[in-house]
Amino acid sequence: MKKIVAIIRPNKLDEVKDALEEIGCHGVTVTEVKGRGRQLGITESYRGSDYRIDMLPKTRLEIVVQDENLEEVVTAIVETAQTGDIGDGKIFISPVEEVVRIRTGERGDKAV
Amino acid sequence: MDPALNSGDTAWMLISTALVMLMTVPGVALFYGGLTKRVNVLNTMFMSLIAFSITSIIWVLYGYQFAFGTDMLGGIIGNPANLLFNGIGVDQMATLAPTIPETVYIAFQMTFAAITIALISGAVVERMKFSSWLVFILAWVSLVYVPIAHWVWGGGWLAQLGALDFAGGTVVHINSGVAALALVLLLGKRKEVKLLPHNLGYSVIGAALLWFGWFGFNAGSALTAGGLAGSAFIVTNTAAAAAMISWVIIDYIKTGKPTLLGAISGAVAGLVAITPAAGFVTLQAAVIIGLVTSAVSYFAISFLKSKLGYDDALDVFGIHGMSGLWGALATGLFAAPFINELGTGAFYGNPGQIVTQIIAVAAVAAYSFVVTLLIGKIIDIIIGLRVEDREEIEGLDITQHEESGYRI
Repeated sequence: MKKIVAIIRPNKLDEVKDALEEIGCHGVTVTEVKGRGRQLGITESYRGSDYRIDMLPKTRLEIVVQDENLEEVVTAIVETAQTGDIGDGKIFISPVEEVVRIRTGERGDKAV
Repeated sequence: MDPALNSGDTAWMLISTALVMLMTVPGVALFYGGLTKRVNVLNTMFMSLIAFSITSIIWVLYGYQFAFGTDMLGGIIGNPANLLFNGIGVDQMATLAPTIPETVYIAFQMTFAAITIALISGAVVERMKFSSWLVFILAWVSLVYVPIAHWVWGGGWLAQLGALDFAGGTVVHINSGVAALALVLLLGKRKEVKLLPHNLGYSVIGAALLWFGWFGFNAGSALTAGGLAGSAFIVTNTAAAAAMISWVIIDYIKTGKPTLLGAISGAVAGLVAITPAAGFVTLQAAVIIGLVTSAVSYFAISFLKSKLGYDDALDVFGIHGMSGLWGALATGLFAAPFINELGTGAFYGNPGQIVTQIIAVAAVAAYSFVVTLLIGKIIDIIIGLRVEDREEIEGLDITQHEESGYRI
């Protein structure tokens, strides 16, 4: 099992959610976060003064998938969240040791 | 004029009074509240709100009487014959506005005093102790606003000199702008000096309410419901519109993009600049006053402020002080006798008016600056002006009021 953490543009959330649903991936946790990448934010101008805003609002998705579904889910996210401009975000993939469904006590792949 | 009640005038002045009240709360409160950090939004709005209530009490107990009482001491102050509202009858007509009841005139003038002190708060937000602000309101309205209102409007020495200030360019805007500058020099810079509005939407609503209320402020200052009020109304709107367009053009030239904050800053600057001139100038002059004022305020904010290094958080000096200054001088240039027989400016054959305007501006600015410094210094010594560093970082909503603007 793998955990996918995807940092995407907030305005791409609905598209990504729909794409995930289409491939049968329903379980997702969404958080509103702030962060920055290599470009160190953007510049905003108020009353003639420029300010660098280095923490931008982003949306963080957490999805745990079975190993065989990993590529399909990652591809779906990349295809829908991509604009080609700086700030599209990143996907981090890490192994998951165990998953437990609280309602039934099921463990492993069955609980994903 | 026959000192008999005119119900049309009275109705208009009651409405105007309510309109000017709307400028302070919610106008200034929202305009300023949106521009501050989210952890200071309540404190910022509260400063305007409490300014209105404290001034309301001062005004009826003694403020109006000293400001608008019969002149004494050679034009310095009014004779407070009616302290605590004693002897002001329900049916008594106002001396300075003989077709409306004195009670209505008192209420109208009260709203001017309240907005003037509320305007100052924009400079000192995010770092001033709330308790010190309360004491400051009491002292400043009593010792700065009241005498200056008497000098210019209550028959005092500047009125006798012939200074023109239709609705408060000098009394309200230069006065509050300069006082704001004095107070921030005492307070010092904020730890985080950026102007990063946490909710510009509030500021747009606040600015729109200011603009709306300003019709009462300027057209109400005609003190009658007639042609002069109509003329003041239309020049007010025209100057604000011209100044907004002018600020947007400057934004385009300087940064390539128009900003909403720039647009509403321009509108407010235009409203400020036309205020002293509203009942004296033509529509064409209003366009010029509006177009020029944005450049004046923009220069003050983007150049003067960083050059001199003071931290006027929401640019009270830059917008009210500087546009007020331009408006007061422009009144001396553009006042047209066929609009209002009381004012003839340099372009209509009376160059001396500009000298009178300069004297009025200089006197009001100097008095306001020095006395505000003294008041601020005394408060600083006795109870301290500024919150502790920890409180400033945590935000004034929690540390001063134990409340929070947003709970999500």
